[in-house]
Amino acid sequence: MLKRISLIVLLTLTALCYLAPVALMIIGSLKPDARVLAEAGSWLAFVPEGATLDNYRDVFARVPFERYLLSSLWINAAIVLLGLLVNSFAGYALARLRWPGRKAVLAVVIALLVIPFEAIAVPLFYQLSALGWRDDHAVQIIPFVANPLAIYLFYSFFLALPRELEEAARIDGAGVLRTFFTVIVPNSKPVFATVAIVTLLFYWGIYLWPLLMTTGDHARPLPLAIAMFHTLPPLQWGDIFAFGAMMVVPVLVLFVVLQRWFVRGVATAGIRE
Amino acid sequence: MAWGSSDSRAAGVLIAPALAGLILFIALPFVLAVGMSFTNLRLGSPLPLEFTGLRQYARVFADVSVQRAFLNNAVFALVVVPVQTALALLLALALNRRVRGMVVLRALFFLPVIFPMSLVAVVWILILAPGPEGMMNSLLSLLSFGHWQPRDFLHDAMWALPAIMLTSIWQGVGFQMVVLLAGLQAIPAQLYEAAAVDGAARWRQFRHVTLPQLRNPLIFVVVVTTILSFRVFDQVRIMTRGGPNDATTTAIFETVRSAFDRAQLAKAAAIAVVFFVVVLLLTLMQKRLLRQQPAPGISGTTERPSDATC
Repeated sequence: MLKRISLIVLLTLTALCYLAPVALMIIGSLKPDARVLAEAGSWLAFVPEGATLDNYRDVFARVPFERYLLSSLWINAAIVLLGLLVNSFAGYALARLRWPGRKAVLAVVIALLVIPFEAIAVPLFYQLSALGWRDDHAVQIIPFVANPLAIYLFYSFFLALPRELEEAARIDGAGVLRTFFTVIVPNSKPVFATVAIVTLLFYWGIYLWPLLMTTGDHARPLPLAIAMFHTLPPLQWGDIFAFGAMMVVPVLVLFVVLQRWFVRGVATAGIRE
Repeated sequence: MAWGSSDSRAAGVLIAPALAGLILFIALPFVLAVGMSFTNLRLGSPLPLEFTGLRQYARVFADVSVQRAFLNNAVFALVVVPVQTALALLLALALNRRVRGMVVLRALFFLPVIFPMSLVAVVWILILAPGPEGMMNSLLSLLSFGHWQPRDFLHDAMWALPAIMLTSIWQGVGFQMVVLLAGLQAIPAQLYEAAAVDGAARWRQFRHVTLPQLRNPLIFVVVVTTILSFRVFDQVRIMTRGGPNDATTTAIFETVRSAFDRAQLAKAAAIAVVFFVVVLLLTLMQKRLLRQQPAPGISGTTERPSDATC
């Protein structure tokens, strides 16, 4: 028992040290700008003395934070929802339907899994700007809807579902789409959750693509906006931390509500091999 | 069991949007990258576009900055992969207990994973601030009883890359911890019980049960972290812009720099292709390792989850 308690205490202390940068950000966001830097070298960095919300107000005064936030929310919601639809369709067609070319398409999906986004970011940028397509929300959504990893995760999951599920629906005369939505989807919540979370974790933080694609505030998402805000003179750490604290809130709320799904989703995606 | 001929039509409708997306936004740019790398394509260049064979690759391999970039990626991998994996394993072992509050602790260690890397990079710029009032400097000074000489980590050729590595480890360790934790929880408890009956000490249980059973998650974590080490970009661009003197440049940073700062598209494409080949080799290595002999099992009977670990 004593051993167990001491382990918990030790782990809690480790966690607190580990999360010191997060504490620094949140507490710093409540302090006057000059004190954030001045106190960063002492334990005062973690004392929110004289806390004020001035920095938060300053953020909105200096940049259109709400626009960045809406851009990020809209882009991620669209990528996740469209992605769930498109990729689960594909995974289902590959796992459960018989059609010519099925094997070839499956091979293509698996081959494309190997290509990291960074390897194609620059050519994709030129390909799309040649069409005059840049600096809007759609160009940050459409290219990322179809996703080989998501298709593969759906495919593996559907492959393992018992056939009897569909047979019953088919005897009732349901078509392919109806069977998919009434029988397959309700029995596949874990894989939908996994794909949604893995997609979100990647695109919520995406920086390289908006860096190449956006030129103004119109469609700029949060990860790029925080980096640019940091270089926007005058350098005010309180404001920067207020920006940072606000930008983690949406995912943090999701994470707290769906914590088990987050952990399970990452673990499933990790174990898939 | 099939829907007969209507199957094909339905499949066509279901697969079309995904297939179109994959071809237009992954396969096509990839083919373009390979194609461009064999030309002299350069934005705003008066020279006519022509096929130049492997000349871009010769240029890329002779480019000191590009050499430095791949070297930095390799160093990054050689340091970050073992350190981060060991830390993640240690955390996973410590957190793999059925005790109240463990769920909260796991969530706390996972928390930085949901932070965008660009935000993490910005926060760490302040932590790594120069002078004695910088948090990292004052911490090191405290730990060394005042012997530490404060330095400007991000503008110091020797310290900039380690500083970026530390930032990356901080953000990424929770991800691997979760994967390894799932691996630990999948180990059948009877293996530990059998080992305990045989009188195996904790260290031997770890050595002969935990590690072999954790083989596949460990391979996955090691290979994924290695690949991520070659994909590093955000931290570098935000914290150091590749400097000082290319001390922190990376393959992707060089690709972006060639394409956008110097308009050398063909060269950027060639670097991207070399980068892709590295990632491909790493992936193939993983597949090979995973195909080799599965974890040896110890047979046992009763069940009880994983309290025995570590």
